[in-house]
Amino acid sequence: MAEPLLSVEQLSVIFNRQHKVVDDISFVIYPGETFALVGESGSGKSITALSILRLLPNTANLDAKSIQLHGEDLLKLSDLDMCKIRGRRIGLIFQDPMSSLNPVMTIGEQITEAIHVHHPLPKSETQQRVLELLQQVELPDPQQKIKDYPHQLSGGQRQRVMIAIALASKPDLLIADEPTTSLDVTIQAQILALLKNLQQQTGMALWLISHDLALVSSIADRVAVMQEGKVVETASAVELFTHAKHPYTQRLLRALPSMQSCLQNQAEERPTLLQINDFYCHYPIRKGLFKRIVGYVKAVDGVSFEIQQGKTLALVGESGCGKTTLGKSLLNLIPNHFGSVIIDGIALNGLDGELLRKQRANMQIIFQDPFSSMNPRMLVNDIIAEGLKALHPEISVQDRKERVLSLLQQVGLPEFAALRYPHEFSGGQRQRICIARALAVMPKLIVCDEPTSALDVSVQAQIIQLLKNLQQEQGISYLFITHDLAVVAEIADDVAVMWQGKIIEQGSVEQVLFNPQHDYTKKLISAVPVKSHGN
Amino acid sequence: MTVLWTDALVYLLLLTTIGLAFYLHDKEHIQRPLNKIRASKVGMVSLVVLLFFLVVGLLDSVHFKASQEKANEVISLLDYFATPLREHNEKTYSAPFATTLYSKEIVEQNGVIHWDYPRLVHGGNHLKYPGKEQLTDILIKGLTGFLIGVVIFVFPLIPIIDVRDYIINFVSNQNDIVPIVKPPTEYNKPVLMTLFLILTISSTLGYLSLYYHVLGTDKVGEDVFYQAIKSIRTGLVIGTLTTLIMLPLAIIFGILAGFFQGWVDDVIQYIYTTLNSIPGVLLIAASILMVQVYMNSHEADFTSAIVRADMRLLFLCLILGVTSWTGLCRLLRAETLKLREMEYVQAAQALGVKRAAILLRHILPNVMHIVLISVVLDFSSLVLAEAVLSYINIGVDAATYSWGNMINGARLEMAREPIVWWSLSAAFVFMFALVLAANLFADVVQDAFDPRSMGERN
Repeated sequence: MAEPLLSVEQLSVIFNRQHKVVDDISFVIYPGETFALVGESGSGKSITALSILRLLPNTANLDAKSIQLHGEDLLKLSDLDMCKIRGRRIGLIFQDPMSSLNPVMTIGEQITEAIHVHHPLPKSETQQRVLELLQQVELPDPQQKIKDYPHQLSGGQRQRVMIAIALASKPDLLIADEPTTSLDVTIQAQILALLKNLQQQTGMALWLISHDLALVSSIADRVAVMQEGKVVETASAVELFTHAKHPYTQRLLRALPSMQSCLQNQAEERPTLLQINDFYCHYPIRKGLFKRIVGYVKAVDGVSFEIQQGKTLALVGESGCGKTTLGKSLLNLIPNHFGSVIIDGIALNGLDGELLRKQRANMQIIFQDPFSSMNPRMLVNDIIAEGLKALHPEISVQDRKERVLSLLQQVGLPEFAALRYPHEFSGGQRQRICIARALAVMPKLIVCDEPTSALDVSVQAQIIQLLKNLQQEQGISYLFITHDLAVVAEIADDVAVMWQGKIIEQGSVEQVLFNPQHDYTKKLISAVPVKSHGN
Repeated sequence: MTVLWTDALVYLLLLTTIGLAFYLHDKEHIQRPLNKIRASKVGMVSLVVLLFFLVVGLLDSVHFKASQEKANEVISLLDYFATPLREHNEKTYSAPFATTLYSKEIVEQNGVIHWDYPRLVHGGNHLKYPGKEQLTDILIKGLTGFLIGVVIFVFPLIPIIDVRDYIINFVSNQNDIVPIVKPPTEYNKPVLMTLFLILTISSTLGYLSLYYHVLGTDKVGEDVFYQAIKSIRTGLVIGTLTTLIMLPLAIIFGILAGFFQGWVDDVIQYIYTTLNSIPGVLLIAASILMVQVYMNSHEADFTSAIVRADMRLLFLCLILGVTSWTGLCRLLRAETLKLREMEYVQAAQALGVKRAAILLRHILPNVMHIVLISVVLDFSSLVLAEAVLSYINIGVDAATYSWGNMINGARLEMAREPIVWWSLSAAFVFMFALVLAANLFADVVQDAFDPRSMGERN
């Protein structure tokens, strides 16, 4: 094979002289190839990229035998020379396109700045080059968008601008650090296609950093898998996905949810638990001195569905379609909703104050972000016991303690967890605590608002397994809100697809995933990254 | 015993603190951060300094009538201990450790009248030939005071240490006898050091001040050291009582406005914007003058000067509290607006937790760090505000000892030639020590009570 573009030998990064975050890794990237570094959060993949650009925080120490770019040793360069490498020969795209762009500069100015830093051009040519770049990243209507500020663009468009900035200096290597994680699934597919396309046009190498094996499989040529700072396996994509050698890679691949998993589901009629008819959630838009209502944002616009006892309904849609609003307003957590909600024969609409509070036990919620969903100043014991205290004040302190311990056991946490604070746990463990908190009041229905999307693949698989087990043992129903169709296949019995506040398609999992009727559903399903090798 | 208004409030504050400490002493999750404070050197050292100031302030808050005959003279325990200091008044300015006045006067000596620095009445009057003996005398007296301090430091330890064991240990040269008192550990070493320093310094100064004016005298010949010590109480009272009045207003209004929004928010915002649009100084001046008028028309109730001064101090705290809660209130409102959207608050709502409980359990503990920081910052700025208000004559009573009054007086002293620097320096050093200790301690407390910072340090 050709001369490598970037070769890294025995790289280690140590934080605060004690935590080895990257542990003696070596890899090469060849010109024009797509190299993917895959690992779960905390495995050190982003730190690896930053250490090559020498962008590590001060507390980190770097130790490496050599880091060579085109045969030039980057370790021997001065900081000033390093500046010329960054951006000019190695471009970088970050995960969050909102915080990577300066909100008070137009995107045209920001791209111009990137061009001028590396290759100063006369004004007219610069303008030409900016337009060219925006056309290259397929931003619609570039003439107009040049004068726009970042907040006027959508997430996908912002990421395109970021790519344009990275491309401004025609780098040999483009590092994309989780470039699509914060984007919707259809946009994600477009950005990936764009990256692949650009790579073929310019012949640069693409270094993709991701936690998502399925996504990587569709685009990468070679894949390296990282675990706890070490590269455990490097192989060509085809080989890795068909014959993974390392047990960790095999485990990751097994944990990948797959669309096929719903095929063994058997349908079985159960009595209805939750029935929703013509549910609306309209936010008034107020203007002027007297806050006159001038219009409504129709977040949820006439939705009807029902959930059977012990079954799971998945609510699928892209960000902004109103699925989270629907989930929260079902629990009366946000105002301005109307429509009939009947749970277990009791109509909830019209209830308020004390009557509503008494009905709270029936429905509980698990949130997406396990970090912000628990009070950081409360002990886990108090967090779990809170609902019991509020709804069943008659239970004695001793009984409550025992109940908390048994709940911890149910969600697979040790007993000593009760006297710890939430920050002492990992994301997956926190999500287990949240589940225990919801279970404490013995709900009939749990609204799961993207409970796994902040978690790693293998942890995600565990949490889904836990939810399924709890459903079998206790006959709880779930309203599972997600954007991830593969997870839907794993857990749901029925699916409802939401788009712009309306449910556009509804049916059993099999029916919706494998025989979609609506165009939007078809588009969603085709955009899901699937393992393109093997199986 | 005479209980002044501010005394009563200080006692109440002390009792509440003790009660709270008693209530919390077996709570495991409170013990953990407390242990962290104990482990922090900076925290413990600043705590010792703060406690020292507190003890002085408390001593100064126990008032009683000086004697049967003089019914109007109310003095404090501190005054009683510092009687020599209190009564050793000179004619006018004298420098620290001086034996003569700071300016020349017509002196009559053996019937001869000449222009010279007159000897002080009290400062160094035991010396016959001040020029020769003074330095050695100061050193000897200072050393004596230092040794007294060492004895005071060691004395409480004697009953705990089994001296016999040490002697046997020493004589037989055996090492297997374990002394009952454990040797100082890493943690309490700095505490003992600070305690040692404080005790020796104060006893050195205390002993010296029986013979000299260690920090000089002011315009009317009062001992500056005495003034500086007396000012500790004023500083503490203004700092704590004002905070005590301000905190409930700021916390209750801030959290309610942020949490309930709607008309509650509107009303509270109107209140504090209105209050904010009135110049604070005018409001303070108005209410202080009101108190003054009230006291003049009810002279029978305010017989002694100290009671009048105390009433004025109390009202100053009150009005400072009422004018200074708006800033913190605004901060808390903003933070609550943010917190109420947090998912743990929504989870609590979903669990049917009552709103009052949500406010107390989820919102209040999570804004406490803001409260703590602003209380400490306010504490220092209140001590400073007192100085500014004294400048325009609406601060504490001119008869009340306060660092503000001392700094205010220094205006003219700085313009004098030769310059009188000791009043300002004394006020500055004492104020600096108090404010610095409070700041450092608050830092440590805040770190210790933030669960998120656990494990990151230490």
